[in-house]
Amino acid sequence: MGDWGHILLGVLASGIRLATPYLYAGIGETLGQRSGVLNLGVEGQMLLGAFAAFYVTYRTGNVLGGLLAAALVGLLMGLAMAFVSVNLQAEQGISGIGFYLFGLGLSDLLFQKLLGTVDSVRGVPDAVIPGLSDLPVLGELLFRHNWMVYGAYALVPLAWFVLNKTPWGLMIKAAGENPHAADSLGVSVARVRYATVTLGGVLSAIGGASLSVGLLKIFQQNMTSGLGFIAVALVYFGGWRPVGVLLGALLFSLVNALQLWVQVLGLPIPADFAVMAPYVLTIVVLVIVVQRARPPAALARPFERE
Amino acid sequence: MRRALLFFLAVLLVAGLVACGGTQQAETQAPEEARPFRIAVVMPSAINDMAFSQSMYEALVKLQQEMGGPDKLEFVYSENMYVVDDAAAAIRDYASQGYDLIIAHGSQYGSSLQEIAPDFPNTSFAWGTTVDTFAEQGIDNVFAYEARSEQGGYVNGVMAAMLSQSGVIGVVGPIETGDAKLYIDGFKAGVMATNPNAQVNVNYIGSFSDVALAAEAAKTHIEAGADVLTGTAQMVVGAVGVAKDHGVLWFGTQADQSSLAPDIVVANQVYDWTVALKPMVENIQNGVRGGEAYSLTLANGGLTIQYNPQFDLPAEVKDAAEATIQGIVNGDIQIPVGGE
Repeated sequence: MGDWGHILLGVLASGIRLATPYLYAGIGETLGQRSGVLNLGVEGQMLLGAFAAFYVTYRTGNVLGGLLAAALVGLLMGLAMAFVSVNLQAEQGISGIGFYLFGLGLSDLLFQKLLGTVDSVRGVPDAVIPGLSDLPVLGELLFRHNWMVYGAYALVPLAWFVLNKTPWGLMIKAAGENPHAADSLGVSVARVRYATVTLGGVLSAIGGASLSVGLLKIFQQNMTSGLGFIAVALVYFGGWRPVGVLLGALLFSLVNALQLWVQVLGLPIPADFAVMAPYVLTIVVLVIVVQRARPPAALARPFERE
Repeated sequence: MRRALLFFLAVLLVAGLVACGGTQQAETQAPEEARPFRIAVVMPSAINDMAFSQSMYEALVKLQQEMGGPDKLEFVYSENMYVVDDAAAAIRDYASQGYDLIIAHGSQYGSSLQEIAPDFPNTSFAWGTTVDTFAEQGIDNVFAYEARSEQGGYVNGVMAAMLSQSGVIGVVGPIETGDAKLYIDGFKAGVMATNPNAQVNVNYIGSFSDVALAAEAAKTHIEAGADVLTGTAQMVVGAVGVAKDHGVLWFGTQADQSSLAPDIVVANQVYDWTVALKPMVENIQNGVRGGEAYSLTLANGGLTIQYNPQFDLPAEVKDAAEATIQGIVNGDIQIPVGGE
């Protein structure tokens, strides 16, 4: 295989890895938005999840314990967001930003008080699948990532199945499209939204953990650096469909991986333009391809029984 | 009504948390008769970032010890001031509280300082990293400081070229500017002077905080054949982790990063800002409030190369590094940087 094949392989493998946290957070956010709740606090949930997973893994050496801690933190953050948006019927955009700042500040504070310095853990191991991992090309591309990468991709068909093939999916969509009709048919809109927003919190926190104990094996303040907001944007990009989120996350991540190679190969493109490329391309595709998608009718609208 | 109340509570909660994380009083007030020298510093990242802000924090701690403890020198800091507006507000606050010296530790704070400094003519300010004291704009109470990071970059580059087996070396950079660009240009020059056939691949990732992308950039370098890596700014901790996983060598800068990966960190260029801070304090005590620019160099001890004691560095490489340091100190080696 020639040089270009090698580079292509590198770009694809990088893209697959980089898309991981976007998938966890984006799929969780998709479920929440389909039920009518816009959660802009994803980034804060990711940061707290990243810290919880790292800290527990660091102290106990047990990665599973770390992931459980992240899930628990995400659950609490999700419940809080659900309480604020469902019971208190607060303005969702504003309260989401509040939760983001809460997560940013608290993860920073805990990091300073409990750890004090950047350190590393062993984290989630890479998969070694006998036979498959040693395959030429495919082995390196698909079968040697850490286990959290596979979890992220497994979520996509799972979320698709739940949304489109189960009564739960029907209830979620009903709560997001026409909550009054759903309510009159005996669906508890509040309960559905609680479930999706809490699950979204758990998935966002796991997405954060996929950075801190999965891909990077370190924790640093503000390490998600805007990734949670991109995940929310990818939900719009994906037209509120899990497969759309997957395509968006892959496109964004592959172009990002490609721009790293463009610089390494010394192609005559200024670094600033290379760095911009994933964002510009995502916007262009959004404008050209995705403009037909329609948000859930009751998105970001609190539900009140008449 | 309920929503308005809730919003208000949320804002309060957040403000409280941000305040907890942000500003900290390092020492308590000393008695009135022996008034200590008071320094306030505003930094873009955290005091434990293993890089730029940590180097300044450690310098202040060291300076405090040298000057005789908190009774002689008192300092406070605001960290994580990555929003320039917030930093400007903090600088103004410190100025109105009567600090003797207020340090704006980040080139992005320059225009704020240019606006604030004339409003407090009796207060001294310092801005880094730069050489511009705004003297040309008629401002006389600003000191400037910078690190000639290309010098340590050059030394690291010499060692990297000697240690690389593949002849391919990767650099993970933040944004092509300031002391990051200086370090990287110096590093490249050092590699090329030692092994003209080597290839240095540079990746600017467009961010000082995106750890994930820094890690992926390091992986890209390794895929491209690099067996020695370096990088600058606080997001490189992600890249150090990748280097550790792949058994690839790492050269650090700004602070000692050996503890992150003791097996693969070869050496670090370490900043000692006290070399710039001491003369500033002396000047202020003698009534000079600004106008001077200070540089950290290998010659004045502001820059040092710290070898990781746990890394088994071949003697000839260390000798070459020491000879290079000598050459830079006595002017035999001129480092071509600054070009676009």
